Amino acid sequence: MSDAVPSSLAEVRDEFLEVPEAERLQLLLEFANELPEMPARYADHPERTERVAECQSPVFIVLEIGEDGLVAMQASAPPEAPTTRGFASILTKAITGLTPDEVLAIPGDYPQTIGLTRAVSPLRIAGMTGMLMRAKRQIAALTAS
Amino acid sequence: MTVAVDPSPAFAEFAHPERLVTTQWLEDHLGDDGLVVVESDEDVLLYEIGHIPGSVKVDWHTELNDPVLRDYVDGAGFSSLLSAKGIRRDDTVVIYGDKNNWWAAYALWVFSLFGHEDVRLLDGGRDAWIAEGRAITTDATTRPATEYPVVVRDDSELRAYRDDVLAHLGKPLIDVRSPEEYTGERTTAPAYPEEGALRAGHIPTAQNVPWGRAVAEDGRFRSRAELDAIYRDEAGIGDASDVVAYCRIGERSSHTWFALHHLIGIERVRNYDGSWTEWGSLVRVPIVTGAAAGQVPA
Repeated sequence: MSDAVPSSLAEVRDEFLEVPEAERLQLLLEFANELPEMPARYADHPERTERVAECQSPVFIVLEIGEDGLVAMQASAPPEAPTTRGFASILTKAITGLTPDEVLAIPGDYPQTIGLTRAVSPLRIAGMTGMLMRAKRQIAALTAS
Repeated sequence: MTVAVDPSPAFAEFAHPERLVTTQWLEDHLGDDGLVVVESDEDVLLYEIGHIPGSVKVDWHTELNDPVLRDYVDGAGFSSLLSAKGIRRDDTVVIYGDKNNWWAAYALWVFSLFGHEDVRLLDGGRDAWIAEGRAITTDATTRPATEYPVVVRDDSELRAYRDDVLAHLGKPLIDVRSPEEYTGERTTAPAYPEEGALRAGHIPTAQNVPWGRAVAEDGRFRSRAELDAIYRDEAGIGDASDVVAYCRIGERSSHTWFALHHLIGIERVRNYDGSWTEWGSLVRVPIVTGAAAGQVPA
């Protein structure tokens, strides 16, 4: 396990690893319940967001770089997809406030390191990996222009 | 001990009406001795945000599948799973779930591989129950553990392996995926992730009857007459047919298996759970692209 992840992501990881495997789903559910609403400028204009095709439910993400140079990530996922909402909530919480370089340096295997692979299954974790990859790609595009 | 069947006239025409229950029947029988309600969903957390009071969760990924082999749990694994859930061998099990009961039908099919005798589906699934405003709870269900016997899984009647499918070519084969998957435009269901099939298309001679045709707008199964029109008249399946159904990983085809076997009474129906994620990656098996079913290879 790499320690190179930004502290916000390391904290989430440690939070999951500290609880027994059987309770990690409950923690994921807490994250799911805390996913903030998409701001109206995106909620009303899904075309300005990106669909995460790796997720089995309709999940949309959008990343911005603010005037302070820090990243803000927003995501939406339907209430009947709590696992996906949990993944989106973890990433939006941990990525928002990072610098673009920190986001680009997040290891692609981060979703596999938070102790959920067995609890939710590898196939489902792939949805979170897809979300992270797309988030990084959006930042790469924003910083390239 | 099993529970009396749902006498609903809506099911009377089906070959095995005892395999379905209505939401009203289930509400009336919640708490009956001998009845266990099981929720099985695509989303592993959906049960936690609210489930039918007293129901237990069975997850297809983490509980019904072997964690190492691409296979289902064995007799010992099934025994310890059902014992922990508090299910007895002679209990009536009613399964419901999200997505029109895809995973519920899949779980029912796996229960059937172990010969669990009385296992039924809630017609309309989780969505129908919630849409009708019936009770949902987040309270954890605790059932006393049971001693479910170790039963050897019997794959011979209900499950087809890839070699069975190769030997089956020329007999009825139903591809229940979307038309786009069938023709080979894509390997996954629209809006679903890639799950690792290297080639696209369908198994030669397979007819495309998307699974969703078996359900009405409200998510409940269509009537016997409508199902007969689709599977018997259109697809040419008869009582004597030997049928194999497949999809991508075997979940949607479990749903069609249920309709063919339990609702219109086709005796010999097997689910090819390897489905496209296996066939589409096998070396040198025949594949047809486009809308035509194709021929049995010479």
